[in-house]
This record gives sequence, C-alpha cells and structure tokens, in this order.
Amino acid sequence: MSELPKPDELFSKIDHRPAPKGWMDTPVDIRRGIACYASNPKSVEYVGLPYPRQWSCFDEDWQLPENWKEIISKGFRERLDRFRSIKVFMDICVRCGACADKCHFFIGSGDPKNMPVLRAELLRSVYRNDFTTAGKIIGSIGKTFKKIIGARELDLQVLKEWWYYLFQCSECRRCSVFCPYGIDTAEITIMGRELLNLIGLNIDWIATPAANCYRTGNHLGIQPHAYKDMMDFFADDIEEITGVKVEPSFNKKGADILFITPSGDVFADPGTFTCMGYMMLFHYLKEKYGFDITWSTYASEGGNFGFFTSHEMMKRLNAKMYAEAKRLGVKWILGGECGHMWRVIHQYMDTMNGPADFLEDPVSPITGTKFENAKSTKMVHITEFTADLIKHDKLDLDTSRNDHLKVTYHDSCNTARGMGLLEEPRYVIKNVCNNFYEMPANTIREQTFCCGSGSGLNAGENMELRMQGGLPRANAVKYVHEKHGVNMLSCICAIDRAALPASMEYWVPEVDVTGVHELVANALILPGEGKRTTDLRSEPLPGMEDDDAE
Amino acid sequence: MNISYMYSLIAVIVLFLLAYVGVNFPGGEVFFGIIIPYLALIIFILGFINRVIDWARSPVPFRIPTTCGQQKTLPWIKSANIDNPTTTGGVVVRMILEVVFLRSLFRNTKCELKEGDKISYEWEKWLWLFSLTFHWAFFTVLFRHLRLFTEPVPACVELLAKLDGFLQIGMPGLMLSGVALLAAVTFLFLRRILIPQVKYISLGSDYFPLFLIFGIAFTGILMRYFTKVDIVGVKEFTMSLVTLNPHVIKGIGGVFYVHLFFVSVLLAYFPFSKLMHLGGIFMSPTRNLANNSRAKRHVNPWNYPVKIHTYDAYEDEFREKMVEVGLPVEKMIAPETPEEPEEKE
Repeated sequence: MSELPKPDELFSKIDHRPAPKGWMDTPVDIRRGIACYASNPKSVEYVGLPYPRQWSCFDEDWQLPENWKEIISKGFRERLDRFRSIKVFMDICVRCGACADKCHFFIGSGDPKNMPVLRAELLRSVYRNDFTTAGKIIGSIGKTFKKIIGARELDLQVLKEWWYYLFQCSECRRCSVFCPYGIDTAEITIMGRELLNLIGLNIDWIATPAANCYRTGNHLGIQPHAYKDMMDFFADDIEEITGVKVEPSFNKKGADILFITPSGDVFADPGTFTCMGYMMLFHYLKEKYGFDITWSTYASEGGNFGFFTSHEMMKRLNAKMYAEAKRLGVKWILGGECGHMWRVIHQYMDTMNGPADFLEDPVSPITGTKFENAKSTKMVHITEFTADLIKHDKLDLDTSRNDHLKVTYHDSCNTARGMGLLEEPRYVIKNVCNNFYEMPANTIREQTFCCGSGSGLNAGENMELRMQGGLPRANAVKYVHEKHGVNMLSCICAIDRAALPASMEYWVPEVDVTGVHELVANALILPGEGKRTTDLRSEPLPGMEDDDAE
Repeated sequence: MNISYMYSLIAVIVLFLLAYVGVNFPGGEVFFGIIIPYLALIIFILGFINRVIDWARSPVPFRIPTTCGQQKTLPWIKSANIDNPTTTGGVVVRMILEVVFLRSLFRNTKCELKEGDKISYEWEKWLWLFSLTFHWAFFTVLFRHLRLFTEPVPACVELLAKLDGFLQIGMPGLMLSGVALLAAVTFLFLRRILIPQVKYISLGSDYFPLFLIFGIAFTGILMRYFTKVDIVGVKEFTMSLVTLNPHVIKGIGGVFYVHLFFVSVLLAYFPFSKLMHLGGIFMSPTRNLANNSRAKRHVNPWNYPVKIHTYDAYEDEFREKMVEVGLPVEKMIAPETPEEPEEKE
C-alpha cells in the first residue's frame, strides 16, 4: 500500500486546472493508493461470472480473453438496445461543463478525468467511433479528424483507462442534479462496469462481498449461527446499559414484519450501535404494542454489491428479499438505514423481482398510517416508519440523553437523489436530539456529497482516493464543527458508517459518526429500564460522568 | 494552438468562401439557393425523426428519476411536487421548467478552494443566464423569420418583431434578439477557451456549431443593417421555396447566399450532432419520469429470470449450524438412525 499523504499536503496538492496536453494524449497512469485490487477469482467463479483469473491492475498484462474487444463491442451494442438512458446520454451531452466541479472525486483530486463529463467521454469516444454514422464517416478521413470530433478506437490503453476511472466514480448522481439534460454518470458507470465484468475485470471489494452475499445472505460472509451470536452479544450489551433484556427473533414464520438492513451494522462500529438501536426499538414496539418484527439470516443483507457489478447480479442478490418475505409469510418489509440498498429497493426491486402480490399494503398497526408511497413495493424505510411513530407520539423519549452530542446530518447520495428521503430522518433526529445543526445548503439534501467511498470503493488499498473523495463532505462537517461545535455526524447509510469514520479521522478528527437509530435508542425509554448512566457506546451521559467513575 | 477550434474555424471560413464564391458560378444560385436548402431540410427532418425513433426503440427498463427535493410520503411532510414529481402533471411542469428556463443549470455552483483549507460553492449564474439568452434569442430570431415564409404574415410574428425592436434605434429598427444572440454565442465561445476545465473538455464539435451560428447571426445583421439586402426580393424568393415553386431572384447578393448556406449546413449537421439535445432532453429518463416507483410498479419489457441462491440451498448448507444455535429450519435434521449410515456426513 502506498503512503497516504498528510491532510494539508493532500489539500495543497489539489489543482483544478488541467495540464495543457489534451486528455486523449495523456495515457492512464494507474496509481497505488487510488486503484483497488482486482477481484479474487474464487469469488468471480462462485457466482458464475465470466473469466475468473488471478490478475493485477498494476501488471502490464491483464490476461484478457483473446476476443475481448469483440466481447466489449457486442456488450456495448446490447446495452444501447436495452437502456434508453445510455443511448440518449451518449448522444446529447454538449460539454457545457456544469458537472465538472460537482464531483467529489474531481474536487478532491483535481484529476480532470474525474470530471463527470470526461468520465463519460472516455466511453463516448469509443461509442462515437464504433456506433455513430458521423463518427465512422469523419473518422475515416484521418486520425486528426477523429480526435477533433472526440472519437477513438478501443485499445488496451483505453480499456485500462475505463477501468481506472470507472472505479473512481461512486455513482452518487450529484452531477446529474446539475446537468441540464439530467445526464447521469451513475448510469454510465454502471454500464461501463457491466462491460468490464464481461471480461472479468472487477475489483475485489465488490466481487467478494457479492459472492458472500450470494452464499451466506450477507456481504461479510457471516454464517447464520455467527449472525445470531453477534446479535446475542449486542443484546448483552443492551442489557448492561439499560437493564432490559431484548430478544430479537430470527427467521420467524408468521411475524408481522420482516426487517432487512445492511450486514455492516452487525459487524463493525459504529454501525453496531445503530443495530443495537433497531433491536431496542423493536423490543419497545413488541412490549408496548405487540408488534412482531423478525430478522432473517438468509436475507441478512440490505446492501447490494451486485448493483456495482451488473443489473443481473443486482437482481440475483435482491431476489432474496421477496423470497424470504414470502417464505416467512410476513405482511410487509421494513428496511434499515442504507444508501444504495434503498436506491435498489426504491427504483429497481419491484420492477426486477415483483410484483409482491403475496404481501399486504404496508400499514403501521400502531398508528394506523397507510404508507401509500410504498403500496406496490411493500417496503418501508425505517425513518419513514419511525417518523410516523414519533409524530403520533408513540415513543417515550428522553432527549436529554443525547445532550452531549451536537449533531449534523449527512444525506446519503442514494436516499437523497434516488428517493428524496430528506425530511424523515431530520424529523427523527430533531425529535430525539436537542442540538442539531445543518451543514451549508450547497452540501446537503439533493446537493449532498458522497462519503467518498460509495459503490464498492470502501477498500483499504485506495485510501488516498477515498480521502480525496471524502474531502468535500468532511470540509462541510469541519465548517459546522468550527462554527457550532458539532461533534457527531449522523447518517442513514451503512457505507457512510463504515467510510466516514476514516474520513473524519483524517480531515476532522474531533467528529464521530452515528446512525440515526442509535440516537433514537439513546433517547428511547424502554419499559422497565433502569437508570441509564451511559449511551450505547458506553460513554457517560451528561451529568453521569461521576457515576461512571464509581 | 488548439486544433479543435482552429479546424472548426477553418471549416466555417471554407463554408463561407464556398457559398460566397460558388454562387457566382453558372448555376450557383440554383445550387446554393434551391438544391442545398431543400436537401438540408430533408436531411434535418428525416435525420431528426430517425434519431428520435432510434432512441425510442430502446426501452426504459427502470424508473430512475434524479430526485431534487422531498419525496411524497407521510401526509404531514411537505413534498416537492415539481423537483421530485410523483404525478404526470408534476413531471410536465418539471420538464417545462427544464426546457423553457433551464432549471437545472440555474442551480449551477462554482467550487473554489480557498486559503487555508476552505472550500466554497458559490452560485454561478452566468452560464445559466447566457445559455438562456442564447436559446431564447435564437428562438425569437427564428420565429421572426416566419415573416419571410408566410403570406399574410401572422399577427403574432408581427407582434414579436415589434417587441423585439421596441428600442426603435436606427433604421431599419434594431432587433434585440440578433444582438443578444451574437453576444451569447460570443460568451459561450469565450468561456470555452478561457475556463481551463471547459477548454480541456471541448471538442471540435463544440466549436463548430458556435462558429456556424455566429456566422449566421453575423451575416443576418450584416444584411439587415449594412448591406441592406433587397428584402422584397428575398421574400419573393423564400415564398417561392415555401410554395414549392422555387426560382432564383437576381441581385440578392452574395451575403444572402452565405447566410442561407450556413443555415442549411446547420440543419443538415443537426441530427448527427450534440445539437440533438433539443430532442434528447424530452427523452431523458432522469427527468421525464415520476418518482413513484414504490407506489406503482414499473415494468421492464426485457426482464428475464435469473439464477438465484434459494433458501433451500442455503439451509442445506448451514442446517446443522442453524439448528445448533436454535434458528428455525424448514427440514429438521433426520434423527441418527444406524440403518442409514450413508446419509450421515
């Protein structure tokens, strides 16, 4: 792994003015610290994707199949015929440049090929050459003319450039908010990665989680017994903090609701505290209202790394949600805090794996609220659900237990720009915390910045890239940290909870990261609980510091 | 020297000379005045339709709007019905704002790294303002030209011309749209060569239409205010084109043919270029779809069955471990019976 530069070094190195030499004449330089490691052939093979092999992006020879150009060309054609988005987006960009400085990777790296327009041009140039009449005619006059119209042939260098830059896009769609035609680089990246996967070029941080998810139901490859063990362990922690023993149910037939959340929350801090938050909330609802929620070990993953591989792989992994809901005979599905998981559920799931006619229209039996917006997909976001509970005054809350926190909220890309879930989490936070401060307007809501590690880029070997991409978000956090003393960054995304701590530690070390339901559980008064002296992180509550020392 | 704009500039100069000189050759007026314009118009119409049909042939498998505001969920949360529409009506308004007022471009910000370690994102209105000016001015100019292609001239065309020339400067009256068009094109060109990132991404196919449109506006202004083209003759000629009874009128002048030739080239070039964003904007799935995919099922016409890892296969692999920790299973492990030892693992 390469040495990560110091924050001030990294910042001062950023130059947004491109070098004078044209981009087509600048060959790709695959750098350590930026690129991710290639996929493990075992993972590729397990899910039956083509050309599993040991290879490295730092080698000269990528051991491509003999006819790789043909495969890509055929794949490109197929996708043009299947996705209007791709066809239109290939044709209509006017290169106005409005997207250029909207990308967190460009802002943080200054690498001109991270401008969304140029990332798309990497593919468009080949598209023009191979699939357009004008490109073919003008291109035939000579190489100079080809260059003038932005066309070029696909060769090994171009392919490597695709690979390098398509894994420097987190599919966050911020550029598409500003594009006058709504050109969505995520669509282009998704398609580009699909093409690369046709010849076995994936990164391991996507391929292995996808294979794990396929086999064990979750990315981390946690087997069912271990999954239950971890939850039991959390239950012990909760008992220690609150004096209440919670008993989550698993794979329970006939439960009211199936709950699905990213497995990251079961595995690593600070997501684990969010997971404890869910467990406490569900316990509360069971005790108070008899609302029966079950977890599944088979569908133990909300996130979908198939989405970063191909549409088909996305569908294969997502299918478990409805299959499990059907098997267990629940009424509807509740989904935990996650970003791209929700993009998939909201914009793809029903289309791919529906109709979910074996489920009921989602209704909260506690408040009687009908979730009309989810009546076809039959899956409700937990902040929609909790906001509704709070609005109807169904939760006993002691907000002072979050008084040691000054909280800001990071909209995750997918819930903001792929759903518009903006107010629900804010409503929940404001009702469980007394100190809430927004980051500047151009960095939140639909203009939110990616954590810098989305879409499978949350690896260890690309830390420099992640810190570059994380800069805009961290910089906005730093602003509220300095202005209001914010010390807690809340979010509703498991990748955020995995990625932002590293980014905060690097850019704004005084700020921690939390899920929204950790905050809820801090405030939630469980029936029969003892006096709490610490929050879920076992840190003393305000005024309880002495008790803790005893 | 940047080859992209040099070659584009040269191309437009060559086109200028072609028309300016060529029209003097025998048959030149017929060629540049009648054959080329008709041909260009046919290419434009067929090319445009062909391109749109080609786009439409590819389905929209998923409902992927880019949502730019609060979704419609709980009744007490105010939703952004335009920036995040859930109804067709909302989508129509969103599209109108996009097409007519360049809504998304209006959001544009400029990111700057400041002293120390600050980053700022300031509202950047100039690109929006000049793009809007450009499109509106172009449309106004185009619409005004209907007076050359209609007899009698519709009242709305007359009215727009009157509004356009309300300043009443000079003789003939100065039309604001022409000046605005020229200014906007100049701005759009200058930002392409002055802003380093935009220069970096600009292709010949970005400069060429700018030069061409500049040429069109310039020759138009030249004819109207300086060479004072024989407008009666021009109208007689354009009406002959409209009525499909084309004949050339003597003495209209070289600049007119250059103007006409530029317009023809633009028309013929249109369907094969980025200018097709005129049609494409209406087909963009991130803008023209309602965000209601959880309320209403969207159908993918090519959805196909895929291989999945079933629950049964999962339980078969992990059954013993599941039973051990008390997780419910579908098939209990068969009690150990000495008669069937081969079933044991």
